[in-house]
Amino acid sequence: MTMGDSNAPADLLAFTCPIPISDYPTITLAHGGGGRLTQMLIEKMLVPTFANPALEALHDGAVLGLPTTTGEAQTRLAFSTDSFVVSPLFFPGGDIGSLAVHGTVNDLAMCGARPLALSAGFILEEGLAMTDLWRIVQSMGQAAQRVGVPIATGDTKVVDHGKGDGIYINTSGVGIIPANVHISPTRARPGDVVIVSGRIAVHGIAIMSVREGLEFETALESDSAPLADLVSRVLAAGSEGVHVLRDPTRGGVSSALNEIAGQARVGIRLVEASIPIDDAVRGACEILGLDPLYVANEGKCIAIVAREVAEAVLAAFREDPLGQQAAIIGEVVPEHPSKVYMRSRIGGMRVVDMLSGEQLPRIC
Amino acid sequence: MRFVDEYRNETDAQKLLRGIMRTVTRPWTIMEICGGQTHTLIKSGIDRLLPPEITLVHGPGCPVCVTPLELIDRAIAIARQPGVIFTSFGDMLRVPGSQTDLLRVKAQGGDVRMVYSPLDALKLARKHPDHQVVFFAVGFETTAPGNAMAVWQAKQLGLSNFSILCSHVLVPPAMEAILSSPANTVQGFLAAGHVCSVMGYWEYEPIAARYHIPVVVTGFEPLDLLQGIYMTVRALEEGRVGVENQYSRAVSREGNRSAQQLMAQVFQVSDRKWRGIGAIPQSGYSLRPEFAAFDAGQRFGVAGIVAAESPVCIAGQIMQGLKKPHDCPAFGTLCTPEHPLGAPMVSSEGACAAYYQYGRAG
Repeated sequence: MTMGDSNAPADLLAFTCPIPISDYPTITLAHGGGGRLTQMLIEKMLVPTFANPALEALHDGAVLGLPTTTGEAQTRLAFSTDSFVVSPLFFPGGDIGSLAVHGTVNDLAMCGARPLALSAGFILEEGLAMTDLWRIVQSMGQAAQRVGVPIATGDTKVVDHGKGDGIYINTSGVGIIPANVHISPTRARPGDVVIVSGRIAVHGIAIMSVREGLEFETALESDSAPLADLVSRVLAAGSEGVHVLRDPTRGGVSSALNEIAGQARVGIRLVEASIPIDDAVRGACEILGLDPLYVANEGKCIAIVAREVAEAVLAAFREDPLGQQAAIIGEVVPEHPSKVYMRSRIGGMRVVDMLSGEQLPRIC
Repeated sequence: MRFVDEYRNETDAQKLLRGIMRTVTRPWTIMEICGGQTHTLIKSGIDRLLPPEITLVHGPGCPVCVTPLELIDRAIAIARQPGVIFTSFGDMLRVPGSQTDLLRVKAQGGDVRMVYSPLDALKLARKHPDHQVVFFAVGFETTAPGNAMAVWQAKQLGLSNFSILCSHVLVPPAMEAILSSPANTVQGFLAAGHVCSVMGYWEYEPIAARYHIPVVVTGFEPLDLLQGIYMTVRALEEGRVGVENQYSRAVSREGNRSAQQLMAQVFQVSDRKWRGIGAIPQSGYSLRPEFAAFDAGQRFGVAGIVAAESPVCIAGQIMQGLKKPHDCPAFGTLCTPEHPLGAPMVSSEGACAAYYQYGRAG
């Protein structure tokens, strides 16, 4: 685009918004659900506008090659950002501070990178208790220390009372990708095996149970955890046979696998009975009418690996404290490209589609 | 997991499927009443495991789907008023009215809240005496006892800031409407187990006798449905009519008497309009005159709002078992979960949503 020779301002109205305003004149919560509407925002508005190869890879983070003058192999950096708006700020198993560190560390890990440094941006609401902020900052510090990554830069802003949920945090991070690691959603290929690192849907159900005041016999704790060490183990065991890594956060396992199937143009076939899930979580999902495949995780990793290394990778997962319940849940197939199918517990087949908006509990 | 895994295992599913295959000798059309059953059938893939002789058609038992368009418009009109906290089950929030839906009203600043029970709405009313709290009371006989309890308690507590927008519907009149239609193809029913856990199944006995059909009260797990289908096919093949109970772990012939008594105290049977189907006489509940003060339609002056259905959407025919979702030219093209033309595409009990979400394109 050129701005023309005159000094006249660009005619912004000449650019048609790619998302018909008549359909969605305003943002709804469903645009943040991690499903099809979120994808529409990203793919129709953000990616075409900011068009560049790193963004277009649509990975958890961008992979950037550092320019070299000597002609040696490039050092590759992973660069990622994530914003945290969770309510409540403190929840069983974590808080917004540790979650903000884990989220970006995990996005970098899913690029195969060891984190080098993080940034932290705070949007604080007037009236937030100083003790709460102190707890959150302490928790961030501890989480970063556990991973061994410095929070090297940051920013604070304060907004009027009523214009924020106490605190929002953005974290960004950079990490270095080892030379022999090539992780990309497009590398999934028929014959590959799909592994999940542990029991799914824990974070989303734990948050929902505190937010909605639901009480269950078993107390559920979020699975929020840093996956950098786990990923290192997996990469050591599977080497170049590790094709795709993804942390199935918002939108759950189903959204992550649908994205991968779409980007690699392959089919994915799951076996429902092999997907690890905690009984309490499953019970909560049954009662509320939610599908655990769409519920958020904050300390789980999906790996798509060559069949030859599957057993070694599975063993590596299970050696790590965060991967003891790891399981093979399916495979990549040449049939039904871009679609995810699942064999049900009684032996029927169905499509596992991407969610449209947010899951809403049903009437009866 | 106890009480779930027993009803979802492959070995027993295969046994029941073999039983069905051994029994069936000719084509039969069976309707499952409840949208929750439709979703189980499609989600677990039962529809594709059954022998080709058996056609399952999907019934009207999706409370979200049959709630008339004008009632959604009335809900939206109330939710937009200042000082109102509008509460609803999550399912109703996405259902399109003639212009917009409740989620978008929320996005535009309306105080719309999702609750898990009408009693939660009642709690909100006690907590916010300066607000009017309205609950969107939709559903079949399943949700009616909870809604009756909320209104009854509100009266006991003398709450003047609580009301319900009521659109209760009843299963037996809908079954009769389907069976008496000249276009009817249904030869046997899987009755909705949850409705029967409240109402019992004695109401279905005269219907089964009048229309010479088998009715099998059926649960919601995959094995419940397979067993319900097996029992229906056996009855059809043997020429038996009458009511059988597959869901005996939850349903008795008489049902839940205390729930029925409370419902009779608060509600009266009245004519109801069903979305896409039209008016069915004596097919729903409205509040009795002594509880009229809790009628949100009257309190907010929205009872006069009327609306016309989309001419493209064939939801009515789908819910009467006359057509399948993929028979609709708009299915998956003009009508998707992002741009629904009718409620069955967005409800978690809607047949169109099940077909779309679980990949039954045609």
